[in-house]
Amino acid sequence: MVENKGKSQKEKGKSQVKIEVKELNIWFGKALALNSLNLEIQANEILGVIGPANSGKTSFLRQLNRLNELELSFKMSGEAFLDAKNINQLKPEVLRKRVGMIFALPQVLPMSIYDNVTYGPRMHGINNKQELARITEEALKASFLWDEVKDRLKEFATKLSGGQQQRLCISRTLAVRPEVILFDEPCSGLDPISTAKVEESMLRLKEQYTIVLVTNNTKQAARVADRTAFFLMGELIEIDKTHKIFTAPRDKKTEDYIQGKFG
Amino acid sequence: MNIRSVKEFIIEKLIFLSGIASILFVVLIFVFLLKEGIAFFKEVPAGAFVGGKYWYPISDPERFGILPLILGSLLVTFGAILVSVPVSIASAFYISEVAPAKLKDILKTGIEMLAAIPSVVLGFIGMTTLVPWVKKTFHLPTGLTALSGSIMLGLMAMPTIISISEDAINAVPKSYKEGALALGATRWQAMYRVVIHAALPGIIAASMLGIGRVIGETMAVMMITGNAAVIPQTFLQPVRTLTATIAAEMGETVHGSNHYYSLFAIGIILFILTFIINITADMFLHRNKK
Repeated sequence: MVENKGKSQKEKGKSQVKIEVKELNIWFGKALALNSLNLEIQANEILGVIGPANSGKTSFLRQLNRLNELELSFKMSGEAFLDAKNINQLKPEVLRKRVGMIFALPQVLPMSIYDNVTYGPRMHGINNKQELARITEEALKASFLWDEVKDRLKEFATKLSGGQQQRLCISRTLAVRPEVILFDEPCSGLDPISTAKVEESMLRLKEQYTIVLVTNNTKQAARVADRTAFFLMGELIEIDKTHKIFTAPRDKKTEDYIQGKFG
Repeated sequence: MNIRSVKEFIIEKLIFLSGIASILFVVLIFVFLLKEGIAFFKEVPAGAFVGGKYWYPISDPERFGILPLILGSLLVTFGAILVSVPVSIASAFYISEVAPAKLKDILKTGIEMLAAIPSVVLGFIGMTTLVPWVKKTFHLPTGLTALSGSIMLGLMAMPTIISISEDAINAVPKSYKEGALALGATRWQAMYRVVIHAALPGIIAASMLGIGRVIGETMAVMMITGNAAVIPQTFLQPVRTLTATIAAEMGETVHGSNHYYSLFAIGIILFILTFIINITADMFLHRNKK
């Protein structure tokens, strides 16, 4: 089923495929975290990834920017491609500049708001002050944070609220101009209003970026994702248009999970 | 009921006493030093004592100027900092960030062993290996110099600096590093732009504690610095430190003489110096915790 779907999308337009994963297996020590995963992610779509704990969704996400390899016990087989180029042949820092990531807990660096946003661009060699100021404003506007912080850019970033910190992290990622943005349960620690703001910015961002959203909140996937993938015990059970997954899933397990029968 | 509450009372007081014992000892030591040393300042004014250039405690007339000793201590300490701080910080980074797990354990054990070597043994090794090497390399009449002392003391300060710096580096949240890497930082960029930044107060505190150890060290320094009480001009000449002076002269002085009390006065100066260093280190450590 899954493979049929993949093929029909491939026929629609191969140039549109941003990320392609082939026969990906991931182990941590002896535990198999991800079992022969095959899927494609289209350019400018939001792919939602749902599934219970230990379903392999975060391992999948962290493979796309190769953060998994920081773990000593990590092993993998199979391949992942970004624009038809094997990501393991890219330098990790080059890959991670192109594939940004937002973590579950906001990871602001212990410095000012301005320094947080410009950290990436400065690291990649942009030193012109006007250029940096422009990037900062643009990035903060894209995450709807600009109006709240424009008068206090020099303040310590850790003073912001949780929701603001998370949007600051989004700005910081945008400031390095990635092509793909990975969201790893970005709203798990946020209140509903902050969540709404983050979702709003995601919907805006997909015009320019390809987005992969791992979430524990199935409703969030229903609200923002174009397509949704359901993972269970390290396997991809089903991937389809979001409204289909939520209204007429093919697999009984998907239906049970969405209806909250387990998870 | 009554017995129980008496028991409670006694246990409570005992625990309280043990708790404040350390502070009590520090205060007692300071009072003791003051009692023995303060009388000396009636004979020789503090300014002349600290600023005096000549240390001739048993000639006639006696001269009690400890400036050469203070400068000797500071010179050896300064040299030891130059030797140990950069190496120790690099080593701490290697252990916590780069070394593979097995090597990490071996290195940490090795560092603990280094800390456990008695200073007299280090002084002995320095005397037989380092001192001749310094003499030969720099073509000096003697190898017993400030430089030899600095190298040896640098070695002795390393375990303290390495293990505390390593703790500080490990205490940096893993998320900082991942956040930096996810933005496309190389391993080195993440390390030096984020991890060092966050661990800096701890690293400074570690260095200060290492320095405290160096200033107070006596045995090794007495064995290899030459003990000449003259104001040092370079690293390549013999110096005498505050600690070595006390250790060398205490056994030979007449109990109750000016010389005897002057050694206690040196003790007070030394106590104040290490006190300042420890307080500074503490301030940095606390800033780290906030």
